[in-house]
Amino acid sequence: MELTEVRFRSEPHIEVHKYAGGVVAGAVVLALVLQAFLPVHFQWASYLELPLLVTIYFALSKRNPSSGLLLGMAIGLLQDSLSHTPLGLYGIAKTLVGFAGSSIGSRIDVEHPIARFLLTIGFFFFHHFVYALTRGLLLEQHETFVTLPLLIAAVVNGALAVALFPLLDRFRKS
Amino acid sequence: MIAIPSRHRSLTLLAGVVAAQVLLLAIQIKSASQVRMIRVWTVELLSPIQRASAWTIDGLKSGWNGYINLHHAKKENLELHAELDKLKLRNADLESRAAEADRLAALLNFREVHSQTPMLPARVIGASPDASSRMLNINRGSRDGVRRDMGVITPDGVVGKILAVYPDTSQVLLLSDKESGVGAILATTRTQGPVKGLGDPMLEMDYISNDEKVSPGDRVLTSGLDHIFPKDLPVGTVAEAAPDRKSPFMRILVRPAANLDRLEEVLVLLSRQEFTISDQAAPAAAGKAAGKQP
Repeated sequence: MELTEVRFRSEPHIEVHKYAGGVVAGAVVLALVLQAFLPVHFQWASYLELPLLVTIYFALSKRNPSSGLLLGMAIGLLQDSLSHTPLGLYGIAKTLVGFAGSSIGSRIDVEHPIARFLLTIGFFFFHHFVYALTRGLLLEQHETFVTLPLLIAAVVNGALAVALFPLLDRFRKS
Repeated sequence: MIAIPSRHRSLTLLAGVVAAQVLLLAIQIKSASQVRMIRVWTVELLSPIQRASAWTIDGLKSGWNGYINLHHAKKENLELHAELDKLKLRNADLESRAAEADRLAALLNFREVHSQTPMLPARVIGASPDASSRMLNINRGSRDGVRRDMGVITPDGVVGKILAVYPDTSQVLLLSDKESGVGAILATTRTQGPVKGLGDPMLEMDYISNDEKVSPGDRVLTSGLDHIFPKDLPVGTVAEAAPDRKSPFMRILVRPAANLDRLEEVLVLLSRQEFTISDQAAPAAAGKAAGKQP
């Protein structure tokens, strides 16, 4: 074996699932619109975290850390833009969720409903942890990491993910 | 060929994206002191370096000035001491000049107030070498219009009279000399009595009846009857007043109004009338004639 040439081999591009044009953007926009609209008319909708679910789904499906983190950043910044929080607060949290989701999606089976349920709950808490940490460090506004409403919200979103993700699976290009 | 897989590209991208968003937050968010976080972080990042640099430079300066540069300190110390001595002398000189200016201003003011009485300012240039006689020499003489028996005063009060005149100087017999005297009255009762010198700082007022009410602190003024001093010039204040059982008159000691021991500038009253018996009958005419004297 000769040691004459050194190359950098790029990370293997493992984008297993592809989607029809505009599906990702459409899902993101719809999630943001519903997230802004539903809680106004339905109190129970305040437990929902639709942009996060979209981030988790596409991160698990695309299985590309770079794509996942960039998509999470975009969704988070859009969510920040529509709320009163400073730009980057949700952006940082969803960037990390997108990266983690893509990394995990390339390693384990994420198609099973139970896996999706548990992963969603896990990412929900992870997302909230990063969000609270960022708020505490930069805004000096400390939030409790674990509360009953938070637990309820985690279970609700987990259950919603089990129902929602198969709907989005239909837009895959096989 | 060795292939090195780059597993860090996505991590690098993650780190870059997160850092960019943290920076974005820092630009937007203000700290409790209303300063943007980005400024706070920048200052917090650079201030330890600045403090360390300042500490190092101060340490080097301190070492240089405290140890290496000491050989200049002694020379500078001596120079500063010499300069301080010069400044002290200059300060003393300036204080003396200021005091002289104050005295001259008082003299000028006195002259302006008594502008109808011709006066000649004079400077004391010497004293009598004889300790028993109390005399001063002034820098005005016959060429300046000074004549014998002219009165000498200060704004504070009577000093004495001209004893001897020379072309450019004159001798002044102080009021405290044994041979000196001035016609005086008590300001409160207007009782007349001569005041004479005793050869010491105090004066004595004679021929005040034991029945008179005289108290320490009473002012003694010139009576004007000696035709040397105008009327109502301060002579002094009563220091002691007690009836004398051996005579019908009180024993009254007077403290001079003018500080006879520290005279530097005086005024010579150019309107003089020699006190003679023939002039006693016409004091008004003598006063007019005195007004014509230079």
